[in-house]
Amino acid sequence: MTDTNMNIVSEPLHEHRSLWGDVWRQFRTHKGAVVGVAVFTFIVLVVVLGPFIHTIDPTFLDIRNKNLAPTLAHPMGTDNLGRDMLAQVMAGGQVSMLVGVTAMLLSLVLGAFIGVIAGYFKILDGVLMRLTDLFLALPILPLLLVIIMLFRDSLRSVFGPETGIFILIVFVIGITSWMQTARIVRGEVLALKEQEFIIAARSIGTRRHRIISRHILPNVLSPILVSATLGIANAIITESALSFLGLGFPSDFPTWGRLLFDGKDFMQLTPARVIWPGLAISLTVLSVNYIGDGLRDALDPRIRGR
Amino acid sequence: MADIAQMDDQEIDPNVLVRVDDLHMHFPIYKGILRRQVGAVKAVDGLTFDIRRGETLGLVGESGCGKSTAGRAILRLYDPTSGHVHINGKDIAELSRTELRKIRPQMQMIFQDPQASLNPRMTVGSIVSEPLDEHGIVSGKEKKARVGELLDAVGLNPSFVNRYPHEFSGGQRQRIGIARALALNPEFIVCDEPIAALDVSIQAQVVNLLEDLQSKLGLTYLFISHDLSMVRHIADRVAVMYLGKIMELTSVDKLFKTPKHPYTKALLSAVPVPDPKIEAKRERIILQGDVPNPANPPKGCVFSTRCPIAEDKCFKDAPKWRDLGGDQYVACHLAG
Repeated sequence: MTDTNMNIVSEPLHEHRSLWGDVWRQFRTHKGAVVGVAVFTFIVLVVVLGPFIHTIDPTFLDIRNKNLAPTLAHPMGTDNLGRDMLAQVMAGGQVSMLVGVTAMLLSLVLGAFIGVIAGYFKILDGVLMRLTDLFLALPILPLLLVIIMLFRDSLRSVFGPETGIFILIVFVIGITSWMQTARIVRGEVLALKEQEFIIAARSIGTRRHRIISRHILPNVLSPILVSATLGIANAIITESALSFLGLGFPSDFPTWGRLLFDGKDFMQLTPARVIWPGLAISLTVLSVNYIGDGLRDALDPRIRGR
Repeated sequence: MADIAQMDDQEIDPNVLVRVDDLHMHFPIYKGILRRQVGAVKAVDGLTFDIRRGETLGLVGESGCGKSTAGRAILRLYDPTSGHVHINGKDIAELSRTELRKIRPQMQMIFQDPQASLNPRMTVGSIVSEPLDEHGIVSGKEKKARVGELLDAVGLNPSFVNRYPHEFSGGQRQRIGIARALALNPEFIVCDEPIAALDVSIQAQVVNLLEDLQSKLGLTYLFISHDLSMVRHIADRVAVMYLGKIMELTSVDKLFKTPKHPYTKALLSAVPVPDPKIEAKRERIILQGDVPNPANPPKGCVFSTRCPIAEDKCFKDAPKWRDLGGDQYVACHLAG
């Protein structure tokens, strides 16, 4: 039994190595991810706490000070109606990030759920995958327009204009972007299901929901995390497109996408109007991608500790 | 073993732990747009044998003859097409899901590939304690102690509980798999080629460990292997499988000294002898052709297409299980 006695390391039995401690230790070694976390935290802090320091109302019109270049009073300048850009970027950031994260979570949960169910239960596979194909084949933009036309007014009257449209947009983006996740997850589950450790779990008598939660889900985490990080970017951009079409939030309600689209006509006059919202979107998406990358590595014990 | 069918109604011999009775496992083949069933791969086609308490039954045969499928069907990891498997008098082929779950602790399995049979994202501790959690036997401190005890029993340092499978060598991983199989105090363990993926030097360690555990815990093994010399070492009786059927079943000594079935003779002639003088003179029986397709097995005796002594009746009638006396059974018209 030389193979066992050779590498007995003095590792005290009672000392518990916690999973999340290991994950955090590995995560810290991923430089990109750490920078990503720093940038993302910075953006969140600015967007949430900024309006308390820079107290100009983003919708306040100051026509005499329109199209200003950056000054001390208006660090990002003003737009063609004299609204302060920094205040708008911060207010828009709250909405855009909330939409991005919520819509991503919705599409992720939906996609992962459908993928796992379709992959694990053979009877449901055909039906669910044809449903996925159906959603993929739908022309998304006309569908969005129809949904928004149909439900905008009723939701507005129930939840108020802003919350109503928020729910609608998150829902619409969520249910039109889960298909990729579902397909990838299904493929992974199909391959995993035949692995011996799943058969071993069955031979132990592990119940099916436990097999899914304990053996299948942790092993499909990587593709799920990757589609999550891409999903945030996708949701922010789709929301921008909707706002551009006049179907998103009301026109006096800033979001990053709307600021970008409003600013594009004044690009030569005041380039700051597209640079700042554009930079905010890019940095958010990039930092989230790096965080996802780092998380994926940190959650895989085979990579951890290298 | 023609007497088994009659014995079914009578009291079951208390010495028999596992009774496999005419077990069939066919995998359907679907073809065409309408996915109509056009045939079936007869991976296991009528197995009948007993495993006695405390013995090791070796199940040997070449690749693709249905050994692993048989092992999995016996534990009902596959739902058998037909037939019965009695373990401790209960027909597990008929049990419902919940009833089956209750008796899972009695029967466990050790897998071929120690890398694939351990979840890479679970620590050794959680892998070994999973069966304990599932059946809610112990919890808290007791569970920790039990996991330590199990790791100790298979020759692993109990301080390894927080490590992941990829941090171990192949032999150590197989020990983790064995510890998991032992966690529920099973009576019967199917060892599905547990040493095939291991280095030769590690094979002996794992086999010795299995033997030690058997004598300590009174385990009963179904030892599936294609390695005849290893089977000779560990098994008490051996069943030789070919194309989903058992060709010969007898004690190890008889099988190696007086093999009766032509297929057994051919298999044994392929085992090298560790003596160059004898090895040079050894006569090998080389079988012609390939194993037939299990989706379309030959008529009559399945071995007839490659049998060196086949006669007319071998191509027409399937041979019956015959008792040659002295606990030696064979499925051949001509043996005896």
